[in-house]
Amino acid sequence: MSEYILSDAPQGTPSPDLGDHFIFLLAHADDNMVLAQRLGEWISKAPELEEDIAMGNFALDHLGVARALYTHAGEVEGKGRGEDKLAMYRSEREFMNVLLVERPNGDFAHTMVRQFLFDAYQVELWSYLSGSDDETLAGIAGRALKEATYHLRHSSAWVIRLGDGTDESNRRTQKALDRLWKYTAELFEGESERYRSAWESTVANVFDEAHMAIPEDPYQRSGGRRGFHSEHLGFLIAEMQWMQRSYPGLEW
Amino acid sequence: MDATQLPGVGMVNPVAIDVDRARAVVSAIVDPEIPVLTIADLGILRSLEEEDGRVVVTITPTYSGCPAMGQITEDVVTALARADYQAEVRMRHDPPWTTDWITEDGMRKLDAFGIAPPTAQHDVVCPKCRESEPRMVSFFGSTACKALMVCSSCGEPFGYFKRF
Repeated sequence: MSEYILSDAPQGTPSPDLGDHFIFLLAHADDNMVLAQRLGEWISKAPELEEDIAMGNFALDHLGVARALYTHAGEVEGKGRGEDKLAMYRSEREFMNVLLVERPNGDFAHTMVRQFLFDAYQVELWSYLSGSDDETLAGIAGRALKEATYHLRHSSAWVIRLGDGTDESNRRTQKALDRLWKYTAELFEGESERYRSAWESTVANVFDEAHMAIPEDPYQRSGGRRGFHSEHLGFLIAEMQWMQRSYPGLEW
Repeated sequence: MDATQLPGVGMVNPVAIDVDRARAVVSAIVDPEIPVLTIADLGILRSLEEEDGRVVVTITPTYSGCPAMGQITEDVVTALARADYQAEVRMRHDPPWTTDWITEDGMRKLDAFGIAPPTAQHDVVCPKCRESEPRMVSFFGSTACKALMVCSSCGEPFGYFKRF
């Protein structure tokens, strides 16, 4: 399936196969890379200094996971593509991140709800993958699990604090959930369906404590894993890649 | 990385490799963000071997996003080049690093430096006045490995190396 990863992939190319190990690693690297970029947008703008630092820490953790996964994906592919090639020289259509992580930050409540939904998923994902037969992946996942656990603790505390806070903070947090819920089914497309029930119970408990209601609308979007993204990803990627595209091979 | 590209390092004229000497050189390199801890204290040095006339150093990264890892890699290559060894640094992710790998000596050095070492959170004491039960200000501090706490007694803010 690696034929899919072409910089000029035409419309209608076959869906990438998450059963292919290279594709699987790449898709998860993309999730972390895109979310790191989004979280980085908060730096210097968070509501308070501690949150600014926390957001920077989250971004750095996700970036670190992305780098390890890109590097490993490149080794698995065996065509000499390293982390920079995979992160900086693929186009929007070739990114396979889930749509949730590319959603714009919105307000602080929106960012925290997005983070919470994703952290709860990653805790299950890394927990499962830390037992992978691929020892490198197992090691990356084992370390990421500890980080995701810290992230989840922070984001769930914020969701509860905001949801169970003032009328205004509850209204905004509920609005964020109403907008983001339709991007959650995609997290479990393909291989990762197996950890859905654990995720559902984490999410239900936290929203219950936060006095928030999970939307009843069954409509769910998907497409990210197949390279079909919202209009937001292109801008993010353009900003992320312009330096490397303008000065190919540039190193710090 | 080719050591000859690094500033201050000329061409390396390889000499016969003394693995113990190379290990001593590498072990003494300090963490750029917590300069009281050496690579040996951190417990990240997995192996050091001779391979085709080069020293191959395998290290396990600490936190996923720790920016110090890049610097440490560069420092290893530079330090070995100064000892006339060509070197290569490899990363090994499995098994993942844990704060349990920090040596006893490393734990003492952290404490003396003013960073509460990675014990269980309820065992943390103020590195300055030894008072227990400090207040957690933020779980995410100035580096990926530290939380920010404040002593309830003397008011000293300090970093707590999170147990990981």
